[in-house]
Amino acid sequence: MTNEMSAQVSQAKLSSQPAVKIVGVTKIFGVVEALHEISANILPGRLTGLVGPDGAGKTTLMRLMAALMAPTAGRITVANCDTVRDSNRIHTLTGYMPQRFGLYEDLSVMENLRLYAQLQGVEPNTHQDIFERLLTFTRLAPFTQRLAGRLSGGMKQKLGLACAMMGKPRVLLLDEPSVGVDPVSRQDLWKMVRELTDEGMAVVWSTAYLDEAERCATVLLLNDGKIEYDGPPDKLTATLKHRCFRLLDPKQERRIVLSRALNLKSVCDGVIQGNSVRAVLRKEATREEIDALAKEVGAEIAPVTPRFEDAFVDLLGGGPGGTSALAERMEPVNLKGDIAVECHELTRRFGDFIATDHVSFQVKKGEIFGLLGPNGAGKSTTFKMLCGLLKPTSGGAHVMGLDLRTAKSEAKSQLGYMAQKFSLYGLLSARQNLEFSAGVYGFDGATKRERIEEMIEIFHLQKYVRSSPEDLPLGVKQRLALACALMHRPPVLFLDEPTSGVDPITRREFWTHINGLVRKGVTVLVTTHFMDEAEYCDRVALMYQAKVIALDTPDALKRSVFKGGSDEPTMEDAFIQLIQSADAENATSRATKAP
Amino acid sequence: MSVAEKHASRFNFRRLWALVQKESLQVVRDPSTILIAFVLPVVMLFLFAYAVSLDTQEVPIGIVLESDSAAAQSLAAAFSGTRYFTVTPARDRREVAGEVVGGRLRGYVVIPQDFDQRLASGARPPLVQIITDGAQPNTASFVANYAQGVIKIWQSAHSPAVGSVLSLEPRFWFNPEIESRRFLVPGAIAIIMTIIGTLLTALVVAREWERGTMEAIMSTPASVVEILVGKLLPYFVLGLGATVISALLAITVFGVPLRGSWLTLLSLSSVFLVPALGQGLLISAVTKNQFIAAQIALLSGFLPAFLLSGYLFEIDSMPAPLRVLTYVIPARYFVSSLQTVFLAGDIWTLLLPNMLAMLAIGIVFFAVALAKTTKSLDN
Repeated sequence: MTNEMSAQVSQAKLSSQPAVKIVGVTKIFGVVEALHEISANILPGRLTGLVGPDGAGKTTLMRLMAALMAPTAGRITVANCDTVRDSNRIHTLTGYMPQRFGLYEDLSVMENLRLYAQLQGVEPNTHQDIFERLLTFTRLAPFTQRLAGRLSGGMKQKLGLACAMMGKPRVLLLDEPSVGVDPVSRQDLWKMVRELTDEGMAVVWSTAYLDEAERCATVLLLNDGKIEYDGPPDKLTATLKHRCFRLLDPKQERRIVLSRALNLKSVCDGVIQGNSVRAVLRKEATREEIDALAKEVGAEIAPVTPRFEDAFVDLLGGGPGGTSALAERMEPVNLKGDIAVECHELTRRFGDFIATDHVSFQVKKGEIFGLLGPNGAGKSTTFKMLCGLLKPTSGGAHVMGLDLRTAKSEAKSQLGYMAQKFSLYGLLSARQNLEFSAGVYGFDGATKRERIEEMIEIFHLQKYVRSSPEDLPLGVKQRLALACALMHRPPVLFLDEPTSGVDPITRREFWTHINGLVRKGVTVLVTTHFMDEAEYCDRVALMYQAKVIALDTPDALKRSVFKGGSDEPTMEDAFIQLIQSADAENATSRATKAP
Repeated sequence: MSVAEKHASRFNFRRLWALVQKESLQVVRDPSTILIAFVLPVVMLFLFAYAVSLDTQEVPIGIVLESDSAAAQSLAAAFSGTRYFTVTPARDRREVAGEVVGGRLRGYVVIPQDFDQRLASGARPPLVQIITDGAQPNTASFVANYAQGVIKIWQSAHSPAVGSVLSLEPRFWFNPEIESRRFLVPGAIAIIMTIIGTLLTALVVAREWERGTMEAIMSTPASVVEILVGKLLPYFVLGLGATVISALLAITVFGVPLRGSWLTLLSLSSVFLVPALGQGLLISAVTKNQFIAAQIALLSGFLPAFLLSGYLFEIDSMPAPLRVLTYVIPARYFVSSLQTVFLAGDIWTLLLPNMLAMLAIGIVFFAVALAKTTKSLDN
């Protein structure tokens, strides 16, 4: 079977016939058009990235290719089999890993493998060989008896991949394999997938992380149900050559510099990168304005290599302006002390498990403080203790000088909290959600009405006040959640994974607001797994295995792993390196402890 | 390649077996499934057998003895002697009237002063007054009827001549002591099986949708029939297991006789599981969400089985529209079949039509569920 297979595969590679042909595909759900007249080819022996923000139609396209749905119009063929007429054959030709990996959490690693082997009709006498190969490939061999539910995110993902590869598919479809997986495991996965494409398999990798696009051989960029770009990623980024600049070490506050840069007519996009500001010029714009700005703020200006995300934002017509209507309205925060949030030896146990282990740090007023770390590192637990949602086992925390143990409700009135996935009430309308949070913070009568109207105006929610949050686009939902959290104008704002799954334009809008608030003296604590978002932070605490293993400015963290050479390390490189050296340290300390 | 393709085509037992194994492992490892299948029946049987007893026993009443004669004494003794009443004796009705108002007694019987004279004279029959607490109508009529019964029996024993010449001796077949437990316990098995069959299947299929595993399974060559049958077989076995446990409890602990055979009982349960599982499957195919599936399973499975199956309330005394509705409720046939097999025996002329009706309803459920579960994520 293996020989037969590889013979076919190499044949496929030679002919380089498309493995998947998508012709004029439209998919409509009720009144929503998820995909609009999409045509593309997916070639064997290549890693094709299906890239786009949430709700762009990636999962729909994946399911159509896996013959789990029928297109409303147009057709898809996989290895010349039609997905509607020959759906049975397609299920043997493709391996599909849905979001959340499709694993049975109450079955062990081995039981999951065996189930999928039997379902894929793999010959029983070859099972042993195939399992051994897959387990070595995924390095899961030591864990065969462990229940899938007890695996880490990265291990689940590898097991999901192993199950999807079971039947030696011609086409491997991976739907958002990197969601909820830390950068270290992500790197592993890239390696594995590259090996597969070298063998001639066509691999489709869908992702909302635009930085992943750069690693693909070719990219299908989806936005709002349409293909915006089809081709190698560097060809798209090449169009931005000579249009990307970095303003290094400005004398003025970098957030002000960003805001000014974004307000320039010739600039289409900009972000903060550590201590510098990165700006992308509009097509055919001249350097004049940006040069002038650099001079004025005393920054050194240097051209930089364009990134895929720059290209994407440019393709969509550029990001938002640099002024936040919200921050304009806010009154500056006056604070007696200099420290807004402080925790000391904060520890939380759940039974034998230590989720947060003696964590101490201070957050200054008007600072953006980021909490980074792989899944299960203890970010959320720490965060919840700082918001007074969870009692620490030992140690303590202060918000605006108020002890969370003794003055919990006073401390809570000083902070705004935006939870993961926004925690809005789906059965209430947008306005009722606003009314509820205004009521919760004790507003009534005229003040309440005033505040709500103000929030609706600032966040442009007029169109949506009557709809349920569930029916709103993700970006609008995010604005609504932020409005709810800011209703009482708190001096401290906690944001738990605020932008996961949100498209880059909306993310920039969001950060414009946050930057504006910070300039008014609001202190922001944020957890995130977007590495480039960590760059917005003044300081970052990297958490790993319940401990803070590094705490510094983003630039200093990147410098700490810099080993010379031409390529400057990215935030993600720093993250991976720091975790790996923490692992190494653990290993040596364990070795020295052993007799 | 070719091997895999061959497998893709028709019903494949190896795939089915893989799915059955998977499901069984999940059943064994999921404590909530075991709880629903084995602990719930025990709890429910005890509840239904003791809490939902329709017999009333040892009802507290007062006896006001205004006369001291031997006849009056012996009538009072007749009241104390029956297990239906616990008696508080009194000399004056004012002693017990307060207790009835306070709800501590359900009523009282007055044996008046002239009881003896009237009894002796024969001309004017003796007058015994029965006062009951009308706030609880069922108990009130029970007290009234049983008190009359006690008096009648006492009367005919005491002076056969005075009593009616014709003496009635009612005999209750199948349940000689008219103990409600005897017909409630077999009925309870039907309720338990409805819960296991419908609720459990509705939940487990919806769970696959929620956890995204259904999507993964559907992308393999396994067919819809294989997926569904693989899902149902373990629960079928689980349902039969629950029947056996419930029946054993019924026989040993509650003293319900099993006059029919075990084989008949198990074949009845098997047939009933067809509509029960089918209904669960249909619910989860439509909802794909555990919470809603549980709600619908309770509303469309448990409640009708409880209220409209003839288990608690006699179907003959229901209003006509409800009576018609009971015909589409599979539990209706199962309750009466269970009562037959437990209390009467293997009477196939009664059981067969019931089994056919259950099968017919089950086939409809399965047909709709199969049509709804296409191997596609559309709709």
